[in-house]
Amino acid sequence: MTKAELIEKLSEKTGLSKVQAEVAVNTTVSSIQEALSRGDKVELRGFGSFRVRQRRARMGRNPKTGTSVDVPAKKVPYFKAGKELQEIINQ
Amino acid sequence: MVKADIIDFVYEKVGFTRAEASEAVEVVFQVVKETLNRGEKVHIVGFGSFVVRNKKKRLGRNPKTGTQIEISPRRVLTFKPSQILKEVVNNGTGKRSLRT
Repeated sequence: MTKAELIEKLSEKTGLSKVQAEVAVNTTVSSIQEALSRGDKVELRGFGSFRVRQRRARMGRNPKTGTSVDVPAKKVPYFKAGKELQEIINQ
Repeated sequence: MVKADIIDFVYEKVGFTRAEASEAVEVVFQVVKETLNRGEKVHIVGFGSFVVRNKKKRLGRNPKTGTQIEISPRRVLTFKPSQILKEVVNNGTGKRSLRT
């Protein structure tokens, strides 16, 4: 399913116009993005939580040439499925 | 941040009653859940994709007792963040912003 299909489905299920459905989906996505960019976590009951994890700097290796390269410290977005979602997926 | 905050952001946009904003956000997550339940992946441009993976049964070990046990086959959900989301998290900006 793509974002366009999600918007379509949302409009169908709620009776909201396509434009409203698109605004709702985009706002949902961008508000999660913004929260994560502030380092905030997002906890969604029944769905899961989004967090930012810190990765330490490490020495990496170019697999082709074998030379060592510095991999700088970075943050990565991380999602953990909630209990309910986990159960739905595994039933 | 929790779901109620997202509902507030949607409500602040033009053309939504509080009830519509609330329903819209609930249904967004519900539709994603239903899609994943069918084993289908959900790909949101600029955000990332949710993919259900099938894990085969394998032998594991109880780390405390050392006894071998079989880990049953299962489905796990993985989220792969998009390049844009990775950039947003590191620099506060992405290549592309969404029309809201």
